[in-house]
Amino acid sequence: MLAEGLRKMFDKKAALDGFDLAVPAGTVCGLLGPNGAGKTTAVRILATLLRLDGGRAEVAGFDVAREAPQVRRQVALNGQQSTVDDVLTGKENLVMWGRLYHLSKRQAEARADELLEQFGLTDAAGKRAKQYSGGMRRRLDLASSFIQRPSVLFLDEPTTGLDPRNRGEVWREVKRVVAEGTTVLLTTQYLDEADQLADQIVVMDTGRVAAQGTPDQLKSKLGGDRIEVVVRTADELPVVRDVLGPDAEVDPDGFRVSAAVADRVAALTRVTSALAARGVEAEDIALRRPTLDEVFLAITGHKAEVRA
Amino acid sequence: MNAIKYAAVDSWIVAKRDLIHWLREPVRVFANLAYPIISVLIFGLVFGSAMNVFGGGDYIEFLLPGMFGQTIAFGVGTTMMMVSMDADRGVTDRFRASPMSQTGVVAGRSIADLVNSSLELLVLALCGLVMGWAFHDGLLNALVAFALFLWLRFALVWIGIYLGLLVKPEAAQASWMFLFPLTMFANTFVSPELMPGWLRVVSEWNPLSSTVAAARELFGNPGVGGDSWAAQHSLLLAVLWPAVFVAIFWPLSVLKYRDLSR
Repeated sequence: MLAEGLRKMFDKKAALDGFDLAVPAGTVCGLLGPNGAGKTTAVRILATLLRLDGGRAEVAGFDVAREAPQVRRQVALNGQQSTVDDVLTGKENLVMWGRLYHLSKRQAEARADELLEQFGLTDAAGKRAKQYSGGMRRRLDLASSFIQRPSVLFLDEPTTGLDPRNRGEVWREVKRVVAEGTTVLLTTQYLDEADQLADQIVVMDTGRVAAQGTPDQLKSKLGGDRIEVVVRTADELPVVRDVLGPDAEVDPDGFRVSAAVADRVAALTRVTSALAARGVEAEDIALRRPTLDEVFLAITGHKAEVRA
Repeated sequence: MNAIKYAAVDSWIVAKRDLIHWLREPVRVFANLAYPIISVLIFGLVFGSAMNVFGGGDYIEFLLPGMFGQTIAFGVGTTMMMVSMDADRGVTDRFRASPMSQTGVVAGRSIADLVNSSLELLVLALCGLVMGWAFHDGLLNALVAFALFLWLRFALVWIGIYLGLLVKPEAAQASWMFLFPLTMFANTFVSPELMPGWLRVVSEWNPLSSTVAAARELFGNPGVGGDSWAAQHSLLLAVLWPAVFVAIFWPLSVLKYRDLSR
């Protein structure tokens, strides 16, 4: 998957302003960025849903502008909303998509059975999707994207609104198709999701690439993990600051002090005993990984906008 | 050749999805039918005795073709609703990003809507027959009249698709507020001859009036005629109006569909 200088205007405002992307076949690229950064626009252009105003893009070896029908035979799109049809049964949903991907009736039925098996939905095959749990619907929706074993899969926030167990299941399925050779472009609001799945992360801001690299590279850019100490009174703050070192950041309102650490657990032990030695009883001591907000803040220079 | 084959197959698959919905959730079909049936009862039996048919005649006989027309016109709201819901839920995007025939998506919609409207007309006609409505000029003419209603419905499918792609489901739901007066400023319930001057002109030229007037003529029901050009050429206009709608809204819908840019 390749994009060069993509440009897209909405009402004279540039949603994409020279966006570049290169994703090697069989890898996962995580697309991160605050709302309005152009993630969805980029995905929609690559999935042939939007026309581009400038630049060029290739998906699975075909030009998205000139060879859209060929691209559509190679890609699958899985959006944040569920496209599962509630009134149809799980199997009927998959057979319908199979038929729309131009399998014969018998092929579509066979493929539906295979997918239900793979996604652990065989027992619920004959039930209407209305009766499915959130996680089952998500799995059914994903299954319907795999009708034709896509060479490129667009996953737009696949686990937004799912509980941790269901997120884990979705991640497992995504890893499985990647192992089978599918290239995935994943947009997400969760850093840990990109961490789990992506070989390469691209951070977008105002329609272009703000940073890219492996998850580890990006994290080290942020200074890695932090230790955070919360105390009961403001009087104790200077002591804690002393223990944590000269780079510690103090949040006086929250009685909170934090500092970057390299040696996670060892630092926790060191700080705990140092505080005890100086008679400070901390309310809470914790190791914290950088949050997505901090990634945005560090790379784009402004906070992620709150989801509308 | 393959393109035509898949356009047909894909249309049918999309249409089948809707038809299964109606079969499994008949409540919605009944809800759609309840309004015209209740209207026939209210207008026919409650207001009926106070209603005058211009030129004389039985009011139920006058009313039924008007009810057919209103039911058909309300169909544009149904199409809008279904189209905007699919677009809102991302189903339309999935269709568009798949190799399925792009004609199939919209053609499937019109097949499903036409089947649905045919069913509504059938139930309403049976209900009318029970209440004293009849067609007097033979079955063939009656079938031509129903064909004219479905021709109008077909044209409204394209208006519905275009508007449905333009608005959110909430707005599509509110379309009834506009549809209701549009179906009343017509010859559906009252002869335009009995309306004040300006409204009379609007009602006479309302495309719905042409189809209803043509149907009255073909059914041999009262209330036919009037001195306006539109009233005198209702049959011609009943064919022409929908053709004009199709000519305008078919390409508009196709363009809008291709360039859906949320």
